[in-house]
Amino acid sequence: MTAVDATAQALGLRVGMPVTKAQALVPGLVIEPADPKADAESLERLALWVLQRIAPIVAVDPPDGIVIDSTGADHLHGGDAAMLDALIGRLTLSGVSARAAIADTWGAAHALARYGSNPVLIAMPGASIDMLAPLPLEALRLSPAIPAGLRDLGFSRIGDLIGQPRAPLTLRFGPELSRRLDQALGNSAEPIEPLRPEDMIEARRSFAEPIAAAETIARYIGKLVATLCEALETRGLGVRRLDLLCHRIDSRVETVRIGLARPVRDPQRLTRLLCDKIETIDPGLGIEIMTLTATLAEPMTERQAVSHLIEAPEPDLSGLIDTLANRVGARAIYRFAPVASDVPERSVCRIPALAEETGAGWPDHWPRPSRLLPRPEPIETMALLPDHPPNWISWRGVRRRVRRADGPERVFGEWWKRDAELVAVRDYFRIEDDAGERFWIFRAGDGEDVATGSHRWFLHGVFG
Amino acid sequence: MHELAISPAIAALRVRIAQLEGDGARAREVLPFGVPSLDRKLPGGGLALGCLHEVAGGGNGAVDGAAAACFVAGIAARTQGKVLWCVAQQDLFAPGLEQAGLPPDRVIHVEAGDDKSVLACMEEGLRHGGLGAVVADIARLPMTASRRLHLAAKESGTIGLALRRWRRQAEASDFGQPTAAMTRWRISVLPSRPLPVPGVGRARWLIELIRARAGESLDIELEACDGSGHLGLPADMADRPAAAEGRRHSAAS
Repeated sequence: MTAVDATAQALGLRVGMPVTKAQALVPGLVIEPADPKADAESLERLALWVLQRIAPIVAVDPPDGIVIDSTGADHLHGGDAAMLDALIGRLTLSGVSARAAIADTWGAAHALARYGSNPVLIAMPGASIDMLAPLPLEALRLSPAIPAGLRDLGFSRIGDLIGQPRAPLTLRFGPELSRRLDQALGNSAEPIEPLRPEDMIEARRSFAEPIAAAETIARYIGKLVATLCEALETRGLGVRRLDLLCHRIDSRVETVRIGLARPVRDPQRLTRLLCDKIETIDPGLGIEIMTLTATLAEPMTERQAVSHLIEAPEPDLSGLIDTLANRVGARAIYRFAPVASDVPERSVCRIPALAEETGAGWPDHWPRPSRLLPRPEPIETMALLPDHPPNWISWRGVRRRVRRADGPERVFGEWWKRDAELVAVRDYFRIEDDAGERFWIFRAGDGEDVATGSHRWFLHGVFG
Repeated sequence: MHELAISPAIAALRVRIAQLEGDGARAREVLPFGVPSLDRKLPGGGLALGCLHEVAGGGNGAVDGAAAACFVAGIAARTQGKVLWCVAQQDLFAPGLEQAGLPPDRVIHVEAGDDKSVLACMEEGLRHGGLGAVVADIARLPMTASRRLHLAAKESGTIGLALRRWRRQAEASDFGQPTAAMTRWRISVLPSRPLPVPGVGRARWLIELIRARAGESLDIELEACDGSGHLGLPADMADRPAAAEGRRHSAAS
């Protein structure tokens, strides 16, 4: 047997077991013949999907892994943890169970993803050694004979090897052990050769003399973009994701990725977006090769512009949205859209900035504040139960007399979302104090039945 | 009092100064408030488009920025095209903005994370030229940054609205620092219109025009933006001579 899933493992089946034995253990076992070629192909397809969505440098780590260089890509997804969560979540949705780890080196991440305790793990920079130490020797990507031999000598964990003199080990097991250990600990470099499918459009330029000045980089970006756009034009495509890879002479790769809301083939716009990011490129001692890849290209249909004699044409905002998205991240630009819910914090959702106009709004028979606190803040009050507004409130240490009030506006819990909300109630009041400041406050509970809420008061928003 | 009766010599001088300053034709376009007593005091009869304007809340409004947000939303609602609203941390409540006249389809929100990015995003939006208005919640607005924003607005003709909002009340003294903004407003909440029954009436604001280039400052008591972004003249004042309003407040303070 070459692979078993989680259910099979629970039944006591292990990799390496003869099929006959497994069939004897579990009657009616479904066995699929192994097809390494198809596996490799589907892994490559998966790697391509990751390349198009997550990071510019992605490679297949056969037989069962994908390695991603997340440097310079994580901020677009809202940080390391958010990126991993999104990745694992989307894989799970499509039926792939995956384990993931982020670490300083390929070797460490490989080991932690396969042998770490958590299915999703992030090693802080510099903490890889401590996290690697308790892992078994197999985690080091060694040929199968070496861990067995090491175990004979009394080494059982990676931590046992780290402090050992290397010479005797190299003499006995060859240079592989030392190399793998150094790669995992980050003492020797291990470049990732990025996956580049044959039909991917790429422009490449190598320099006889390494370049480092920002102006020079900008000039060559312009040339690369022009070449790429020509290639795109012959195929009728426009780019949605564009990756610029700068290979430095110390064999490190600096990457810039830009995303576009709609397929684009305009050299000026692409050059501008890439040049905005030049300050994030650290040229080190110099850049010797620059490649520009259209990672995600989509067919671009030219539309005939409708011209009106009277109305001014609707301005195209996609250029602005792209510029802003590449500066602050695509998820930081959005529009609000209504959701059919009476609970204020659930009545609003975020949709992409360029989504179709919904034309919908919120029912406006009750005034709503212009600022909503991130979470309701508890306040002290004195109020007559069950349905009178408070006489005074005390918020953030300031006591205010309530001069006028409107309410209650009763919001019922959404029992179809959670059982706990079956009877939950919030009573909202709009109050105005002596100075004319208007607040939106609510009482958790209906003022009579304790089951409906704690009867504590909260301030939720500020009216203008 | 006598804006309408400006001597021809002064008018000629103004034209000459405008030529020297290089204001384009678009910078002369204005957005009237629709409240005569307010529009009359503003140079050109309204809020100049293609310029930067500053708005802050008075009192606790300097921290929560709620009334200022409604005031700005009302101005943005009366422009044509989409509105870009940049904030460092999002706490706007879209239903509230809609009630101030700005429907959710028209507003593109940018959550930039810090003040520096907010300024950069605002400038980017002003340069684009296809937007109706660009709004940004900013705490610090240095002279250099405001001048950049003002020039960007001037080039494209888009109105820039800097909503000044601070973390602490003490920092609000920053509002006295000079900036390149065309006008500077302070919006403070006042007790709402009294109703014959218990309840909260339509909100009222004390709108102070603290500074206006080539104009006079004023303060006026108005009713908050309605569903189309228009300010209202309080009913108990509508029949009063307009000149009395300014005096009433200076006497009260």
